[in-house]
Amino acid sequence: MRIPQLSLFVENKPGHLTVPCKLLAEAGINIVTLSLADTQQFGILRLIVREWQRAQEVLQAAGFVVAVTEVLAIEVLDRPGGLAELLGIFEQAGINVEYMYAFTARLGNRAVLVFRFDDLDAAISSLTRAGINPVSPINLYDLQAEE
Amino acid sequence: MNSTVAATDTPAPFHPASSPDYLPREQLRELQSRRLRQVVARAYEHVSLYRQRMRKHGLTPAEIGGVEDIGKLPFTAESDLRDAYPLGMFAVPIQEVVRLHPLSGTTGKPIVVAYTSQDLEVWTEVIVRCLASCGIHQDDVVQNACGYSLFTDGLGLHCGAESFGATVIPVSGGDTDHQIMVMKDFGVSAICCTPGYFLYLIERAEKIGVDLRELPLRVGAFVAEPWSEAIRRRIEESAGIKAYEIYDLPEIIGLGVGAECCHRSGLHIFEDHFYPEIVDPQSGDPLADGEEGELVLTTLSKEAVPLIRYRTPDLAAMVTEQCPCGRTMRRIRRTGRRSGEKLVVRGADVYPSQIEAALLAVESSLPEYQIVLSREKGLDQVEVQIEVTPQIFSDQVGTMESLQGKLAEEIEHSLGIRVPVRLVEPHTIERSGDKTRRVIDRRGT
Repeated sequence: MRIPQLSLFVENKPGHLTVPCKLLAEAGINIVTLSLADTQQFGILRLIVREWQRAQEVLQAAGFVVAVTEVLAIEVLDRPGGLAELLGIFEQAGINVEYMYAFTARLGNRAVLVFRFDDLDAAISSLTRAGINPVSPINLYDLQAEE
Repeated sequence: MNSTVAATDTPAPFHPASSPDYLPREQLRELQSRRLRQVVARAYEHVSLYRQRMRKHGLTPAEIGGVEDIGKLPFTAESDLRDAYPLGMFAVPIQEVVRLHPLSGTTGKPIVVAYTSQDLEVWTEVIVRCLASCGIHQDDVVQNACGYSLFTDGLGLHCGAESFGATVIPVSGGDTDHQIMVMKDFGVSAICCTPGYFLYLIERAEKIGVDLRELPLRVGAFVAEPWSEAIRRRIEESAGIKAYEIYDLPEIIGLGVGAECCHRSGLHIFEDHFYPEIVDPQSGDPLADGEEGELVLTTLSKEAVPLIRYRTPDLAAMVTEQCPCGRTMRRIRRTGRRSGEKLVVRGADVYPSQIEAALLAVESSLPEYQIVLSREKGLDQVEVQIEVTPQIFSDQVGTMESLQGKLAEEIEHSLGIRVPVRLVEPHTIERSGDKTRRVIDRRGT
């Protein structure tokens, strides 16, 4: 259920986002989802791809600094209060959400969100206690195909 | 000479060439005075620049009785060497010169370093004294990663190390993987190179899975670049060696003007050959011991191109207390700053080494960095660019921003002015060979 996420350091300059995307395209690697956190000077591009090891190699070979972190993909009912309920679980357990972003694709009537926690193990057990199963990598990578 | 003093605290076996290091001060002063009289006489007779300058000051060699009179002599500057290029400073006919090192010079205008066979002997002698001072001896396998060709450290070090029977590997610069292989295969115990190159070698060794601490390498003699104590610590910790500095000034002799001893509290200047003074950079007046100023050196025995009161670019202070190692040669404490390298930004003095020390204080390893100067609406702008490495990269913006903040804070603490820090992508800072151009000054354009 842990999903490897690649993060890249990119300068906040025109064209700097194109390079990694092109590299992955040339290697035939599809980006399942991504998010960009940026400041005035730099950005951190976070990517979820199926062949993350190969993607990491391709990007590193091109000179990028790539970090791999584990994240969780969690389904949320696509209705008012869906997300708030989920966040309540973490709040009660005292788990910090470092950042989160939404998936472009959906699973039926559910949205899928990517979460980065300070304590991943604690997050998983609190979800299990609440009867929530994070989306498995296999299902996640196939989301695109279902669309 | 006093043999009990010679043995004090010197870990390496005593080498006879080091004897002058322990000369009693009075005897040393006599030797210096005699050599000074000789070199002034030769310079006056054979080099028109010295003759004209001394005459202008109403001086003849007869008025220089000893080192107490050295202050009467006019200074020589690097610009004199450039103006006199190629042969204007020679005190001997070119037939007596056995080696020439024409150098491009720090400002792009050339200077020439020349040696007679006696000059080469002196050079070899001072290198032996340097190596002995750093605890390198004849049983050592010495990897000489200093540049050969026209640089005045590679060849000088080579001749010195070979002359006392060390095993010398003249690997010169570059091809770092090969250097690491040689180091492993031949049990290299001592390396000589620039601190910057060695940092690169450490990084490379880590990358290819070689732990330098597990190799027989035990000592490094570092040359050519000013470095900070922070870099010394980093080198010693990650390579498991003792790091020493050898002082290199091409105009004076090349590598070997002075060296640290096992106490590493300043560079002993081989003042039986190179007479040191510290002067006020503006007025040229001599400064009291311990005060920081420009280092001025007189080559007491140089034949080919003698230099009288040469103003080196180095800022230093004189240490006169007797060193516990027993050497009577005075020490200088270099500030790591060179008057030529000083950048004046909005009226504040900025030295790249200060920025380096600040970066090392935050990060355990020195990232590639660059200081970029520009001018906007007549105001100096300075920015420090730092390449992001896997060690400092995080997927969290907050972590990266706080790193940026810490770096800026440390630099401000070190320089006294606020300097923006920009994190840049890896490999974006231009490298020339293994060295990086640390300062980009766009203020003139």
